[in-house]
Amino acid sequence: MDVGLLSQYIMNGLMLGMMYTLVAVGFTLFFGVLDIIKFSHGDVLTVGAFTGLATYIGLRSVGVSSTPLLLLAVLVVAILAMAALGMLIARYLVLPLRSAPALNTLLITLMLGTVLREMVRLFYPQGANPKPFPALLPTDSINLGQFNLRLDNAMMLATGVAIIVGLRLLLNRTKLGLAIRAVAQDEETARTMGINFTAVVLITFAIGSALAAIGGVMNGLYYNEINFGMGLLLGVIGFSAAIIGGLGNIYGAILGGFLFAALQTLGAVALPFASAYKDVFAFTVVIALMAWRPTGLIQEKISERV
Amino acid sequence: MSRIVRQLGLFFATALFVGALVVTAQAKDKVKVGFIGPLTGGVSVNGIGGRNSAELAVKLRNADAKATYEYELVVLDDECKPNVAVQVATKMAADKEIIAGATHYCSATAIATVDIYHKFGFPIIVWGAVLSDITYRNKYAEVHRVNGTMIDQNDVNAELISKLGFKTVAVIHDTTDYGKGHNAYFSKSLAKLGGKIVGTFGVTSDQQDFTAELTQVKALNPEVIYFGGLTPIGVRIRSQMDKLGIKAVFDGTSGIVSDAFIQGLGPLAEGALAFREGASTEKLPGGKFFLEKYAAQKYDNPPEAYGAFSYAAMDLILDSIEKVGPDRKKVIAELANVKDRDSIIGKITFDDHGQNTVALITKYVVQDAKFVEWEDSEYASGKRKLPGQK
Repeated sequence: MDVGLLSQYIMNGLMLGMMYTLVAVGFTLFFGVLDIIKFSHGDVLTVGAFTGLATYIGLRSVGVSSTPLLLLAVLVVAILAMAALGMLIARYLVLPLRSAPALNTLLITLMLGTVLREMVRLFYPQGANPKPFPALLPTDSINLGQFNLRLDNAMMLATGVAIIVGLRLLLNRTKLGLAIRAVAQDEETARTMGINFTAVVLITFAIGSALAAIGGVMNGLYYNEINFGMGLLLGVIGFSAAIIGGLGNIYGAILGGFLFAALQTLGAVALPFASAYKDVFAFTVVIALMAWRPTGLIQEKISERV
Repeated sequence: MSRIVRQLGLFFATALFVGALVVTAQAKDKVKVGFIGPLTGGVSVNGIGGRNSAELAVKLRNADAKATYEYELVVLDDECKPNVAVQVATKMAADKEIIAGATHYCSATAIATVDIYHKFGFPIIVWGAVLSDITYRNKYAEVHRVNGTMIDQNDVNAELISKLGFKTVAVIHDTTDYGKGHNAYFSKSLAKLGGKIVGTFGVTSDQQDFTAELTQVKALNPEVIYFGGLTPIGVRIRSQMDKLGIKAVFDGTSGIVSDAFIQGLGPLAEGALAFREGASTEKLPGGKFFLEKYAAQKYDNPPEAYGAFSYAAMDLILDSIEKVGPDRKKVIAELANVKDRDSIIGKITFDDHGQNTVALITKYVVQDAKFVEWEDSEYASGKRKLPGQK
């Protein structure tokens, strides 16, 4: 295989992996602080992407035409709106179910996901159709043989890396991060140390949902097309990625996200049978990995309390 | 003797008079007819356009004073999913009050339900699905279709591609019966004309990322990418082709003839090819009539590519019921005799498989954000060129 082609596959895989990672990190954050699985996460991403698109259309209709300004507005509105949505979900759907079995939270968020998805379809104008998403990043590209390196892809990748590094710093170097980690390790001890448990949970949900909003906008910028069902499979893949990496571990989510993208790309390219089976292939490997390492590739340092 | 005759005469006259009074005082008998199409999900615009068109046929008939019955349209949603279609088809066919139905836009749902219609003896007319097996796999008296099959459109497609001098084609198709059918017929037609398929890629119908497949396509460097599938993933594939810098011609099927395709892509839709049986709605014999009546109803959605077929299917059902009464068996017998029947889509003739023989296939190319007939386009006149066209 020639080098250009190989680079193209790697670039495709990296972009895919970055989007999966942004979703997977959210799953891992929520699991970390509350030990719950929030299945509406993928649909929050969809709502984020549509919020961004609506912001763009709204601003264009009032005459804003500066691309950097539009991009900034799209990102800021999507992030803030999803952070707020995440907090609302945490406050009114997740926290009240604290003492109920974890299965209830899983179910209620699964249903919320359907509600969000269907709301986009029904209430966004012609929401059932695929929507074109504007190209707000410079679309220059360099052709190196079979490799078409696009500036916007490189920028998105760099942004993704910066966000993950930023999140890591936030969790490890700030007081807020310390509080989140404390709650993740032991809720009751954290409370006795004077940490406001509810506030930490809400902030964690805001952060996770903001990441989903970024993922949604990135998805739109990358594919230039969004649709109401985009979050469903992304949610499932993000969740699987978080699991194979090791739920509750940020590095695990990153590893899982890129691993899943690599498996899909490999499944489509290297396997002799139809590429329609790439998801089957990727999920089969995930099942095998989980059988081998039930707690994920990177295990939590502190074992779960029983 | 004459007195008896006179008395009898009076008696009958009175009876007739009273009877006539009773008939005029009574409302017309209500008859239910059905419609099934994808009203939610990615291709719902086509389903809603079809639903509106069928509804229009019913409304116009109810407004007609000469009609014997008053019709009520029962609408069900198959979501373009075979499993859902089987449920709603069973529901409709099992309801004895529903006499006949205009059903299905998606081939995958139509092929999944023909056995059900047959089992229940429920006469249907397919209004949009193009897989040939729907009518030709079995010989069910209940199943009819007003639109053509995918065989014809793929013949015409391969012919145009070859005529334009393109030799190498990569095929991407969805792995439903619909996409697989397109792939099979197109590949067969193209091989006959000496074209070469350099690669075939099956993809799932809800796939988001096609970069892995398209990168392989790019390495194969085809002149044309044939796409056998519906609008939503067609939009994604065309847009991701651009991302990867693939300059090939995007060659679609009837599945992408939809306003949503152009809206979803914007300027990128330019130069995409598509094929559909029958003339474009404006050029149909009853096209103007249909579009005017449709516009008068102020529906939110356009009728889309198959609206006229849906109208024609429903109209044919209503004609049959008017003629033989609300009885499924009689309607089936009546539909078996449809020959050279005038309709807004032209003459309808069902062959022994209930398939309308539509010979005409219209070629389309997207030009300035519209599906323009190939012959009328600037691409055919040479003013514009498709990517790589000599």
